[in-house]
Amino acid sequence: MSLPRIRALVDRLVGGLIVLCVSVAAIPVLVLLLFVVINGLPGMLTPGFFTDPPYPQGVPGGGVLNAIIGTLEIVGIGSLLAVPVGALIGIFLSEYGRNQVGNTVRFISDVFTGLPSIAFGIFGYTVVVLTTHHFSALSASIALAVLMLPVILRATETALVLVPNSLREAGLALGAPRWRVTLEIIVPAALGGIVTGALLAMARAAGETAPLLFTAFGNDIVQTNPWQPMGALSLTIFRNALVPYPNLQQQAWAAALLLVALVAATNILARIYVRRIQR
Amino acid sequence: MIATASMQTKVAPPPVRDADSEIKLDARHVDFFYGDFQALHDASLSVQARKITALIGPSGCGKTTFLRVFNRMHDLVPGTRASGEVLLDGHNVLSPDTDVINLRRQVGMLFQRANPFPKSIYDNVAYGPHILGWSKIQIDQVVEESLKDTGLWEEVKDRLRRSALNLSGGQQQRLCLARALAVRPEVILMDEPASALDPIATLRIEELMQELKKRYTIVIVTHNMQQASRVSDFTAFMLMNPKRAGEVIEFSPTDDIFNRPKDSRTEDYITGRFG
Repeated sequence: MSLPRIRALVDRLVGGLIVLCVSVAAIPVLVLLLFVVINGLPGMLTPGFFTDPPYPQGVPGGGVLNAIIGTLEIVGIGSLLAVPVGALIGIFLSEYGRNQVGNTVRFISDVFTGLPSIAFGIFGYTVVVLTTHHFSALSASIALAVLMLPVILRATETALVLVPNSLREAGLALGAPRWRVTLEIIVPAALGGIVTGALLAMARAAGETAPLLFTAFGNDIVQTNPWQPMGALSLTIFRNALVPYPNLQQQAWAAALLLVALVAATNILARIYVRRIQR
Repeated sequence: MIATASMQTKVAPPPVRDADSEIKLDARHVDFFYGDFQALHDASLSVQARKITALIGPSGCGKTTFLRVFNRMHDLVPGTRASGEVLLDGHNVLSPDTDVINLRRQVGMLFQRANPFPKSIYDNVAYGPHILGWSKIQIDQVVEESLKDTGLWEEVKDRLRRSALNLSGGQQQRLCLARALAVRPEVILMDEPASALDPIATLRIEELMQELKKRYTIVIVTHNMQQASRVSDFTAFMLMNPKRAGEVIEFSPTDDIFNRPKDSRTEDYITGRFG
């Protein structure tokens, strides 16, 4: 066989391999998504799913209003705690952290990333629940905030490091102080990456179950007070999947679908927002 | 080898100055180190006000390093150290009590690659004045003036709020020049400002330099000897010594450097025998 033909063959072979690898990675995800949609849609279309709290086991009907409010509130408060702190630490690491302090922070953050999520639940339990003597949404928010922190700060650092050094030099050469260059030029230039990182962290937090088990604990009553126990979509999925009642199992599927939709919607909205301000 | 050993004896460049000339920037016996590596050895240069001074020499001879000492851009690189004196209007820039922020407002810089901020055209030029806390009216005015000074105004006046990143390479570099002019500096350092531009955009920049030298003192680093001979009034030729530290070999009016070089190494370089 001639050399060009061998090359063409190798090219097709490698191309085919890549398609195969992508498929192996993508197919399970797509199948999973399809499963959730197929099993979740009927439950979602049940009357009262979005507007009613759960009914007692065995009683038909009921919804997940308690869990929707709970997830939004717990993740919302957690994000309010974690995003500013994480972004500031990320800025520190990128702009001022080329030293021992920075390396120590990075190491601790990497250890945190590897920690099983139930450990964050134990943290929230010992630090908040045990001191306040009752379960609360706030303890869950704090546990999730600690869980989100390493993701946010590393994403922020990565996004900032990617901003070309020439922009820093340009700002400083105009006689701008370092902190103004960082906040007014470097951070806006990296905003897309920072927001993406924050969203990834929020999405992960929204899906976490283990840290909520002994912090938010769960609550079948619609609760908005962060000092009280609160339901969450992930808790609904976890508990309803284990009971023998088909309508509650269906509700668990629907809650899973809702969770996926919430995460996807947040992502899309944030991307639109970032694209708009970067224009 | 670039030169024989006997030629490496130190040639102190005699300061070139007319009787009535004003020295804006005076570098005296500057040594510069990156960690243990010495990048500049005993470099001296007297830059005259409202003239264009060019630094030429082969790659790695310390031209850019020397230029960046003038507004202390080397502060950003950890482990660097400069000794000697760089006098700006008689005040030593290298002394620890120099206000670096103020210094950089007086000594602006144009970089090798256009580096506009990812902001609008207006915001790019307005950034310096904004830092200085000027009023909106003053900023509007200085943005227009700076864009006019760089010949960009007519090209961009209808799209000041659009992203600067949509401009062409040559326009971006002129925008960066306008941005530097907006803080009303006295000296402008240019680090191979046209090396990434096509010949027409390069010509625009060179024409602008001739306009700007009526009001500003310009120091330009260039690889391009034709460019140095076209645009500059004075030229310093730099070369690495055997220890790889950059030295100023010869500093004279441009005409003398290119037509009557005193040092044989300068002659070798400008006639294309090395570098």
